Amino acid sequence: MRPFAYFRAEDPADAVARFGPGAMYLGGGTNLVDLMRLGVARPGLLVDVSRLPLDRVGPAAGGGGLLIGAAVRNSDLAAHPLVRERYPMLARAVLSGASGQIRNMATVGGNLLQRTRCAYFQDVSMPCNKRAPGSGCPAIAGDHENLAIIGHSAGAGGSACVATHPSDMAVALTALDARVHVTGAAGDRVIPMPGLHRLPGAEPDRDTVLEAGDLITAVELPPPPPGRSLYRKVRERASFAFALVSAAALLDVAGDGTTRGCKLALGGVAHAPWRAYTAERAVAGLPATASAFSAAADAELAQARPLPGNAHKVALARGLITAVLEELSR
Amino acid sequence: MNRVEARDKVTGRARYAYEYPAHGVAYAYPVQAPVASGVVRSVDASAALAMPGVLAVLSCTDPPEIGSGDDPELAILQTTQVVYRGQLVAAVVASTLENARAAGRAVRVDCVARQHDVRLRADHPGLYTPEKVNPNFPAVTEYGDIAAGLAAAAARVDTTYTTPVEHNNPIEPHAALAVWDPGGGLTVFDSTQGPSADRDTIAKVLGLAPDRVRVVSPHVGGGFGSKGTTRPHAILAAIAARAAGRPVKVALTRQQMFELTGYRTPTIQRLQLGADARGRLTAVVHDVVEQTAIRTEFAEQAAVCTRAMYASPAMRTTHRLARLNVPPPSWMRAPGECPGMYALESAMDELAEAAGIDPVEFRIMNEPRTEPDSGLPFSSRNLVGCLREGARRFGWADRDPRPGIRREGRWLAGTGVAASTYPARRRPSRATAEASGDGFIVRIAAADIGTGARTALTRIAAETLGAPAARVRVEMGDSALPQASLAGGSMGTASWGSAVVKACEALLKNGSSGSADTAEDVRADAAFARHAFGAQFAEVLVDSATGEVRVPRLLGVFAAGRIVDETLARSQFIGGMTMGLGMALMERTGVDEWEGAFTGKDLAQYHVATCADIQDVDAVWIEEDDPHLNPVGAKGIGEIGITGTAAAIGNAVYHATGRRVRDLPITPARLLR
Amino acid sequence: MRVTLTVNGSQRTADDVWEGESLLFVLRERLALPGSKNACEQGECGSCTVLLDDVPVCACLVAAGQAAHRRVVTVEGLAPRGELGPVQQAFLEAGAVQCGFCTPGLIVQVHDLLRRTAGAGLPPPGDADIREALAGNLCRCTGYEKILDAVRLAASRLPVMP
Repeated sequence: MRPFAYFRAEDPADAVARFGPGAMYLGGGTNLVDLMRLGVARPGLLVDVSRLPLDRVGPAAGGGGLLIGAAVRNSDLAAHPLVRERYPMLARAVLSGASGQIRNMATVGGNLLQRTRCAYFQDVSMPCNKRAPGSGCPAIAGDHENLAIIGHSAGAGGSACVATHPSDMAVALTALDARVHVTGAAGDRVIPMPGLHRLPGAEPDRDTVLEAGDLITAVELPPPPPGRSLYRKVRERASFAFALVSAAALLDVAGDGTTRGCKLALGGVAHAPWRAYTAERAVAGLPATASAFSAAADAELAQARPLPGNAHKVALARGLITAVLEELSR
Repeated sequence: MNRVEARDKVTGRARYAYEYPAHGVAYAYPVQAPVASGVVRSVDASAALAMPGVLAVLSCTDPPEIGSGDDPELAILQTTQVVYRGQLVAAVVASTLENARAAGRAVRVDCVARQHDVRLRADHPGLYTPEKVNPNFPAVTEYGDIAAGLAAAAARVDTTYTTPVEHNNPIEPHAALAVWDPGGGLTVFDSTQGPSADRDTIAKVLGLAPDRVRVVSPHVGGGFGSKGTTRPHAILAAIAARAAGRPVKVALTRQQMFELTGYRTPTIQRLQLGADARGRLTAVVHDVVEQTAIRTEFAEQAAVCTRAMYASPAMRTTHRLARLNVPPPSWMRAPGECPGMYALESAMDELAEAAGIDPVEFRIMNEPRTEPDSGLPFSSRNLVGCLREGARRFGWADRDPRPGIRREGRWLAGTGVAASTYPARRRPSRATAEASGDGFIVRIAAADIGTGARTALTRIAAETLGAPAARVRVEMGDSALPQASLAGGSMGTASWGSAVVKACEALLKNGSSGSADTAEDVRADAAFARHAFGAQFAEVLVDSATGEVRVPRLLGVFAAGRIVDETLARSQFIGGMTMGLGMALMERTGVDEWEGAFTGKDLAQYHVATCADIQDVDAVWIEEDDPHLNPVGAKGIGEIGITGTAAAIGNAVYHATGRRVRDLPITPARLLR
Repeated sequence: MRVTLTVNGSQRTADDVWEGESLLFVLRERLALPGSKNACEQGECGSCTVLLDDVPVCACLVAAGQAAHRRVVTVEGLAPRGELGPVQQAFLEAGAVQCGFCTPGLIVQVHDLLRRTAGAGLPPPGDADIREALAGNLCRCTGYEKILDAVRLAASRLPVMP
């Protein structure tokens, strides 16, 4: 066995204080325990934060929003009356992820910090710039059918990475303008979503902007924006599969049939949940029609740089954006 | 009656290979080659040996002593030449599984890599025609004038279909516990589909007399062919136990299963069919390209099903193989028929449309009187009955053949049909029956891998003996019992049932015990073409924007001789159809050409159908009274359910969308491309 | 480390547990409870489903340390005195068992589903709910139809469950 230490933290300060070189926080374990067994993660110390007193969902300070503790289980989040009533899109996104058993274990914080399910990242006999920086990215010439089409670093040689972020919940939170509360050695801070997850750039081994020892304590949602919302996940299997592409959308259509507001985020297309600002701007003020929506999708996806084996994901994202916004406009 | 061992299974009491207690047991963990072709220069075990609990490191640079054998895959650690990625090159034995796993990662294998080739292609320069295809068919058959038939055709298709690498993925990983006794005898608790054959193979590979080896496997967590032959894990357990001087357990990880337990070869199948103006086939050509491994040849009989299906004045079937740096392909549920019927039945759909004939009627029009290739009479054949019954139940008569015109909201809807077939064979087996107290004990080294064999044989014995099933106990899953054929080829009930009937009849004659060996009976079986047939009907919905495919309805109608147990049979048919649905829509192992590797080696990436993928699936059957089969009258039901399903779904996807996807699986990627 | 936990109502202790070991390994290899199956080791098949503080989880993904001082119920605990629980009985009668390797996980997952619905006096789950609730339990044999039959059968007979 590879010896390491296990420590169960009682409060966030305790956890942060114990964190040191080679340490990792352990939430529900659904991803980290797997990665340890695969040899992908090799922590010297596991700081168990799954039972910190961060398991509450309640009104956020300062009116109208919701504060979700980082240790709240995914199933509890999806079942919470305030979430179901005011943020149904979030509940739907959470429920579309993984299986009942996994959602019973997975925490909000851990869900945000789960690693890519890229086959090469998970196989330690393979090169992978995310797992072993500088070793290469075989996915670019290999099996990348389900990998990134936008914001990737395929041309970057030693830092090339076409991984995607696997979370459904994070896509919904990205569309909802959530704010992530973090505590760390340097004190407390708040990171807006999008903004927590990063694109691979020159450091594909870094999934987020968090520094070593930073601990997510909560996710804050602003009051739900007006209009209707929807999360739709495309997958070849009807359940229990990561998204090929997913979309979280909020649409507010004015009485005259024009789009007053739109928030849109995509999953399965990039290293981070992808906020589709270009599409949002493109639909603003226009009639809420299929042609406006598909034009907005085109505008967003003009940035896409698909690989030879995943060009279909551009068509898929285009079709999905259009279909979701159309459904919300009806 | 309820499944005999169901109580043990629902309470968690049923013991599988890995779960037998053994005093002082140690654990072995395989180390695999990191290249697809090359030579192992050295194996540095020093770091591993220094780790806690490590008892031994076995390595191909210091080959452990073994005997002989026919399967090079079982001569483990005997060569430093690596011919596929994932080949077993070393193993660690340690006091706990986690110690073994950690030490296995610490073993440093220094490999010199050579050029590898893992890409199957129709123009591969190394393609060759094997002498035979499985199990013993000619690789090439031809009769009639193909060119004339195609030239004279009023409608024709010339299309190519491909199927990917597919893995059996039984839920129980391959596992073994090996225990040596002080006298040098060996007991292996193994996950195997055939204890008798497993014992013989293990004995030979280890250089032992067969009577020195016992294989125990009362419960096996699925196999689907991958446990039909002895796998390296069983040999590893035995060798590791000898090296460690303790009992040793091996359970392959899900990832290791992808390289060490077989898989279905990918296929490239070209179909050329012609039909005259009345809808009669004028020529049938089925050319198959598949892969095999460097050291072992496995020739999947994908075109053999075509030789039995439809009447045609001219027919050619061929198989060619490319030897690649890949793990050896092997048996997977309905080997041959499964990929072959996908291609043939997709092409038949295309030809029916080209000819302007309903696809059910088109198949009926081409019903043969005798087996087309051999000329043999069929022992029984009810394909037409299955097609008609299925069409009636499914509501086929109302179908508008035009593709791409039905919409239900965002979904495009369509329906499709395909035929199923699987041969009905049997193999020699032995059995004994004994009166004991107020009941009977039947003994046979059969295997129940989830099929319900234990229950079916109990029923068969009870019926023969005229006793209630509750008074009959069937002992199986142990090579110490009378030698039996393996659970494979849908031959279990026919083969074992024949021996059980015969043993029970002998008991009835002498009143206390009976034994049977069916070798002579099987040899004397008259020449008939024996096949089960079926028809599958699928309704699909395809999301017009995203290409997602869902299957709201699947119906199979089968004619498979006598059905011994309705519950078991329905479950086997529907289980096969569900695996066929997976084949149609999601099952695929990736191949990385540069790395020479399989990708996506786990159940998160290799998708099998979940409960949520199934909606309305039903299987029914036409009773057949076929006197030319065996004393049970059964044709076998384990595999026919998976044949034809993928074609029925693919044909329905075409009907829904107007898009003909000819490469499995039919994913959004392929529908949107 | 030493891990003490309550398994099927009894306090159990395992010594020399490696911190990275899974609850599943502790149950199967140290506490002689092999009913929960090990089939993928990554939460992708559900064969190892157990109740942890009354909630179904994949035991293969629970680090042993995380299970300390908690309550675990395995399939063995659902028929403690040899009498089958209602879900087990329904699986047996409906023919929902084939190779049996997914069965223990399914039994536990269905037990939880019905306890939260029909067993709590709520309407029994509809087919779509059952199918989604069981999507994390892969079965390679049955095609799931008889499993659905078993769940419906158990739900129809269910008294309010503990």
